[in-house]
Amino acid sequence: MIKLENIHRDFEVGDQIVHALDDINLEIQQGEYLSVMGPSGSGKSTLLNLIGMLDHATSGSYYLNGKNVTELDEKQEAETRNKNIGFVFQAFHLVPRLTAAQNIELPLILAGIDPSIRKEKIDKVLEELNLTDRAHHKPDQLSGGQRQRVAIARATISEPSVLLADEPTGNLDTKSGHDVMKTLESLNDHGITLIMVTHDVALGDRSKRSIKMVDGRIESDTLS
Amino acid sequence: MIRTNDVIAFGWQALKGYRSRTVLMLLAMCIGVAAVLMLTALGEGARNYVRSEFASLGTNLVIVFPGRSETTGQGMGTMMGVTPRDLTLDDAIALTRNPNVQRIAPLNVGVAEVSWQNRKREITVLGSNSELLKIRHWSMARGDFLPETDWDRASAVCVIGAKIRDEIFGAHNAMGQYIRLGENRYRVIGILASEGRSIGMDVEELVIIPVSSAQSLFNTPSLFRIFIEVKSRAAIPNVIKFAEDTIRARHQGELDVTVITQDAVLATFDNILGALTYAVGGIAAISLAVAGILIMNVMLVAVSQRTSEIGLLKALGASGREIVFLILVEALLLSSLGGLIGLIIGHLGSWGIRAALPDLEAYPPDWAAISSFLIALATGAIFSLLPASKASKLDPVMALARR
Repeated sequence: MIKLENIHRDFEVGDQIVHALDDINLEIQQGEYLSVMGPSGSGKSTLLNLIGMLDHATSGSYYLNGKNVTELDEKQEAETRNKNIGFVFQAFHLVPRLTAAQNIELPLILAGIDPSIRKEKIDKVLEELNLTDRAHHKPDQLSGGQRQRVAIARATISEPSVLLADEPTGNLDTKSGHDVMKTLESLNDHGITLIMVTHDVALGDRSKRSIKMVDGRIESDTLS
Repeated sequence: MIRTNDVIAFGWQALKGYRSRTVLMLLAMCIGVAAVLMLTALGEGARNYVRSEFASLGTNLVIVFPGRSETTGQGMGTMMGVTPRDLTLDDAIALTRNPNVQRIAPLNVGVAEVSWQNRKREITVLGSNSELLKIRHWSMARGDFLPETDWDRASAVCVIGAKIRDEIFGAHNAMGQYIRLGENRYRVIGILASEGRSIGMDVEELVIIPVSSAQSLFNTPSLFRIFIEVKSRAAIPNVIKFAEDTIRARHQGELDVTVITQDAVLATFDNILGALTYAVGGIAAISLAVAGILIMNVMLVAVSQRTSEIGLLKALGASGREIVFLILVEALLLSSLGGLIGLIIGHLGSWGIRAALPDLEAYPPDWAAISSFLIALATGAIFSLLPASKASKLDPVMALARR
């Protein structure tokens, strides 16, 4: 369902050209659990942003659900992102002035979904993630683990097929990190494609498929 | 596509979320709008004041006064009535010989000391005839106005204003009493109703005596004004020509008086004060533009403060146009709210002006209220376009990378 063909992503830094992604070919099936590992600067975050259509390839083709998304215009891209892709960030990126429920509601608002349907969906996801009693708290009244669970709820509320997580436990203590991983993995058990960037080997080992990147290239692609 | 309701709710949330910035911008906006309203209200008040002053002077009025300036405008000479040939009572009598003339009142003005028993004060004394009451639209509180006699017959009667009555007579009955003006004594035959002011003359502080008595009191044959009330508006040009011809014939072929209509004077004042209202309104509108620049500044800061939020919205599926829409609506909410508060404060302020200066009917004109509100909206929108387009072009990867 995700297919990258000869993807290059070059950055100009001063008068030098840095190859963040250097001829990437990758295929990911629906429902896979994939971790992307590698040292910093290896291009793993760039790969994730590219799959999430936040970043664009310098050359090459990217097919999502059989459609070449490199040809989409900005508006179609935003729409595709809204429907198909969920993001979970290391820094959570919750809007501080909005409550947990309002943060979770954002993708539905952007999609123009009817308020009564929104409410139903939010109540359901809050219950699933055990956040019902935190619904009306602002982010600064939540613990790190709770914040990341709110972010996961927001990422999955539109029922996307792909969930992209960039160091989702990077800002969390071990126990909250463990809870968050369990939440992500149970979503994967229910069929979502989970792609996670991490440099934590222990986390990487939990996934069924693991990619190791060095200098913008895929060095190894292993199934466990 | 995002719903408009949700955009408004989102903007509202943002305004509530950054309270001090919102309050500051509202303040700037509402000061601008309120300033426009209050200043134009003052201008309109001044205009209405002058209008009503002229209306109290009477309708279809032609005024003759001595002296003539051949250039435009009137020099001191014309205002003071300094001229080789006097405008006399006989001139005024000659002007009655026209079928279009309804009534004529000659006018003499001077200052004299009025006294009764041991009370005395300086007072403006008018010399005129019985017609003045109707021409100036005055009315009597008690007694009668000057009697209808021949104009050139001096008689020792007077009509006094309400304030003079209070000051000179106090608790005593003024009617029938004799007051002293200069060397002569005059019997009080009537008291004017206090109806406020009329062109700089306070009706309450006047003593009116027959015109020939005033001529001898001030020892001058010259008149200060001749008021002619014309039967119809259409006949005014005819009467002006008649007045000029008559005076010219009587003054050895020289037209040494000025004949004007009240309408002409009113129109001039109206134009001047109208222009003044626009001018102060325009000056106040500059403060609105300043408020607009402030909005732009704050929105720019808001965009850079909220970089990661905008990046996030993009990651969640907002297109560049939707981001522009969100920021524009936020700015419009802000400026319309500021404009509304400004309208309220402006109306309250005008009410305050009216309370402080009852003579001025200081109501802000509708055009000022509507245009200042629209300018507030427009500046809000225009000045947030730049921040909005800046936000829509943000690279989400960079925006989200900032922690």
